[in-house]
Amino acid sequence: MTQLTPNRFKGKLIIVEGIDGSGKSTQLALLSQWLRSQGLAVAFSEWNSSPLVSDTTRRGKKKMMFTPTTFSLIHATDFADRQERYIIPLLKAGAIVCADRFAYTAFARDVVRGVSPRWVRNLYRFAIQPNLAFYFRVPLEVALGRILGGRDSIKYYEAGMDLNLAKREEESFRIFQGRIMEQYDAMAEEMGFHIIDASGSIEEQQAQMRRIVMDRLGDAVASGQILNQEGTTHAFEATTAVL
Amino acid sequence: MLSKQPLQFYSEPLPGVDVGELQGKLIVVEGPDAVGRSTQVARLKAWLEQQGHAVLDTGMGRSALASKGIAQAKEGHTLGPVTMTLFYATDFADRLEKEIIPALRAGFVVITDRYIFSLMARGIARGEDSLWLEKVAGFALVPHAVYYLRAEVPTLISRTVMGRGQFDFWESGMDMRFGPDMYESFVRYQARVIRALDRMSMRYGFVTVDAAKPADQIYRELQRHIAGHFAPRKRPAKKAK
Repeated sequence: MTQLTPNRFKGKLIIVEGIDGSGKSTQLALLSQWLRSQGLAVAFSEWNSSPLVSDTTRRGKKKMMFTPTTFSLIHATDFADRQERYIIPLLKAGAIVCADRFAYTAFARDVVRGVSPRWVRNLYRFAIQPNLAFYFRVPLEVALGRILGGRDSIKYYEAGMDLNLAKREEESFRIFQGRIMEQYDAMAEEMGFHIIDASGSIEEQQAQMRRIVMDRLGDAVASGQILNQEGTTHAFEATTAVL
Repeated sequence: MLSKQPLQFYSEPLPGVDVGELQGKLIVVEGPDAVGRSTQVARLKAWLEQQGHAVLDTGMGRSALASKGIAQAKEGHTLGPVTMTLFYATDFADRLEKEIIPALRAGFVVITDRYIFSLMARGIARGEDSLWLEKVAGFALVPHAVYYLRAEVPTLISRTVMGRGQFDFWESGMDMRFGPDMYESFVRYQARVIRALDRMSMRYGFVTVDAAKPADQIYRELQRHIAGHFAPRKRPAKKAK
């Protein structure tokens, strides 16, 4: 059983997960915008974005220095920095923190790279347990179509080229993403993911997300536990109806 | 003659490493800041080379991957405790996989100035969970020997002041503000580090060396111990009929 660190703060942590091209970032952006329009304090944090760690990650990628273990550790370092310096202070202040990818990305990706599942799950025990975790499940071919159509080349580690799955980036990427998806599916229940069918329309997916957020966080908003602008209504307005 | 006993991982075998191939010796010198580890490591290296051993010396924070990043992060004084632990774990993993293991494969004697124990002790001193730390560092190889240079805080203070001439922000644990100034924070922080290392001593089989003694005496003591690892093994005595 995976044990993360319980969220004892006023604020709430909402995270999204899914393979590349599942549309999770688009959905999280729409959700944050909506939460802000409700007068709530919303912050955003993205996987692999700590300025403290970025030089090291860049060096490792450029010179292809990473092994499965160091790749896993540097991403955990990146997450730790964002959590210690950014996420925790904001949760203490009562903000809603929206995170694009979370420890579950490591549980899926690093395990596909050959790191022990037990080890990587212990590694992230310091991570704050999300209040809501959305998993955007999409057929592999749909996600690949979105990614492969949209750009010229896939980067070395992104394509899982370090795993020697295939000679060409595109083929390697397919196999790699497929295996990551298997890992997500396998952990969905244990981690309490809210599964969103990411092959549906953007509007449908967003409406579903907002319903879940209202359902799960509505009380915290109504009670004023979550930081909000003075004078705004302390409850979610059912703007999903507009959709 | 080298012992035939293969090295082992503590709890988490690294992918792609066959421990049966590791022919060298792994020797660790541990201890708190300013205890005199690097002086000893340099002398031991020269001595072992004189004896005809190929020696790799490495140390905490010296990896090709993470050393620059760690140095930069420390300059900014914004490194959180968990981030620091994991950054150093990254550094350690890089050195283990890219330097230590290849050297052991080639039959080198590897002397490392600090290992996972300082990393764990610093984390414990900052209030991190020791079990978590132990599992994070579980991919480390069990060394042939760990020499723990042990001294009390007053010794570390005099060596810091006589040596560098000032207290260091991180060696004083100022990120955690254990005291109102560098001196008081140093005293409390280093006492916590020593306590954490002391607690690990039995569990990890440290050979404790009294580092309050003069450097020459410590060196001779370490030499004697290490020489034992290279002594020709006696043939098992024939059983009396």
